[in-house]
Amino acid sequence: MSDRLPGFSTLAVHAGAQPDPTTGARATPIYQTTSFVFNDADHAASLFGLQAFGNIYTRIGNPTNAVLEERVAALEGGTAALAVASGHAAQVVVMQQLLQPGDEFIAARKLYGGSINQFTHSFKSFGWNVVWADPDDIASFERAITPRTKAIFIESIANPGGSITDIEAISTIARKAGVPLIVDNTLASPYLIRPIDHGADIVVHSLTKFLGGHGNSIGGIIVDAGTFDWSKAGKYPMLSEPRPEYHGIKLHETFGNFAFAIACRVLGLRDLGPALSPFNAFLILTGIETLPLRMQKHCDNAKTIAEYLAGHPAVSSVSYAGLASDKYNALARKYSPKGAGAVFTFSLKGGYDAGVSLVSNLKLFSHLANVGDTRSLVIHPASTTHSQLDDAAKVKSGAGPDVVRLSIGIEDKEDLIADLEQALTA
Amino acid sequence: MNHDAYPDNYIRGILNSVKSIAMVGASPVNVRPSYFAFKYLAQRGYDMIPVNPGHVGKELLGKPFVASLSDLGRPVDMIDIFRNSSHIMPVVEEALTLDPLPKVIWMQLGARDDAAAEKAEAAGIKVVMNRCPKIEYGRLSSEISWMGVNSRTLSSKRPPAPTQGMRLSLNRMSVGGGETAASDRAAKITADKNRTEES
Repeated sequence: MSDRLPGFSTLAVHAGAQPDPTTGARATPIYQTTSFVFNDADHAASLFGLQAFGNIYTRIGNPTNAVLEERVAALEGGTAALAVASGHAAQVVVMQQLLQPGDEFIAARKLYGGSINQFTHSFKSFGWNVVWADPDDIASFERAITPRTKAIFIESIANPGGSITDIEAISTIARKAGVPLIVDNTLASPYLIRPIDHGADIVVHSLTKFLGGHGNSIGGIIVDAGTFDWSKAGKYPMLSEPRPEYHGIKLHETFGNFAFAIACRVLGLRDLGPALSPFNAFLILTGIETLPLRMQKHCDNAKTIAEYLAGHPAVSSVSYAGLASDKYNALARKYSPKGAGAVFTFSLKGGYDAGVSLVSNLKLFSHLANVGDTRSLVIHPASTTHSQLDDAAKVKSGAGPDVVRLSIGIEDKEDLIADLEQALTA
Repeated sequence: MNHDAYPDNYIRGILNSVKSIAMVGASPVNVRPSYFAFKYLAQRGYDMIPVNPGHVGKELLGKPFVASLSDLGRPVDMIDIFRNSSHIMPVVEEALTLDPLPKVIWMQLGARDDAAAEKAEAAGIKVVMNRCPKIEYGRLSSEISWMGVNSRTLSSKRPPAPTQGMRLSLNRMSVGGGETAASDRAAKITADKNRTEES
């Protein structure tokens, strides 16, 4: 038995899964059950007291979901993970462990529009205050730090414009401030970028996108890097102080470098309740097995199409970090050398009306509010995903009125170009 | 031995070979980590002996407490120390007076004393620091995967259906990129950054 280290594609297929002990089933079974029988009263008490490994109730954990959790933790290089019902649920559960009412977190201004809404409005009702910083001005993160700052939140590849964030620079600021860096790695997936390698302490995903990859299941996940010392400054009582709901257990002391993932499970998921269906976990797991193949094809197609659009007379600009001329190309080469992702935006010379017309003329691209599907997708952010932002905020987040967002699928690229060509000239 | 990152085979070898474990600082309070670890290791078939001078005359899960290592009255394969780093040295010094010597001295999650480790290793004793044997057993057997923890192991073999009190196979294929690897990378990035900033 040598400690040979398997590669990413091997982990994508095998991590977390083993033949079923009872039946020998090789594919991961869907454990479609609400609850699990205890061996005896002592076993039940041990499980409820967090003293034994095992299953109680699918709102807290499920064997199918556990395979998904270990697989994503392995792909990201983390110590543990927790799967939840959606990417948004992952963000709520993470922040519940870190912030008390009146606390603050700093977030990059360039984010998925849904996250901007969640942080601005819903989180405010919990007393969690977002402070915005500009990922193009790293010092703005440092200036935003106050004694109430409890975390920094960024996207590795930012929605909708596909810009690349300088994770290491922001991680240095987070470490200096003694707060964890949370990276939403949805648009990159661990195939392109592993934020933990660059200093992230927590990684979150919408599994709905490239990880699941087939546009069939909503899900989210939280990965614990195991890098943050939760007890050092007493700033994170959920992890460092005795928990009354578990008879005084201190989670960090008991669970060491995967205590954050445990806190998310036993304090967040258990009490807030956004459990992932085991059926969704199964579909997402199946998707992850082909992540390396799909992601490379997504990126290769996206680069070809971005180049095609950049040379088109109807297009005024293309924002794709994989283009040599792009503002973020140097960061893309550093952080995402295998490709700059498959979600990007471009602007039409004809403005808002041309955008609306393009979307309605496309025949192969689907007009819908998602990214990271096998199918190519198109949307006009200003009138949809980012419509709740005011005009200035739309432009700041890269979703001005003339901007169209594409999520490039894994079809033949010639067919995608032909569809764009007929729609742009129609 | 590099005590920052242990090869899985080192930990696997220890957990596969030791049979008796004296736990120094074992607590009868059922929310303390030492209680969980004691109970788990006993359930996995290890011959456990609780050592704690404050509870002599009482039992922990049916095993009588002894006051100190000198009072064990029989050889043990491993000593698992549930004490803060500052209290490790006297325990190791006492362990070194035992005859025969223990094969392994294990210091719990959070506990580390490099000088004490050096002394024990000079006497031919294997040392593990800042780890929990329950977590390592659960990880190498993949039992800990129920909690979404990255076991950093793979296996294509069909495991037996688990029954209570069963010893589990720890002989799975190891994978990189787990707890220490991630922490090391993060620490290195910070160190590199600091160097760049200073220069």
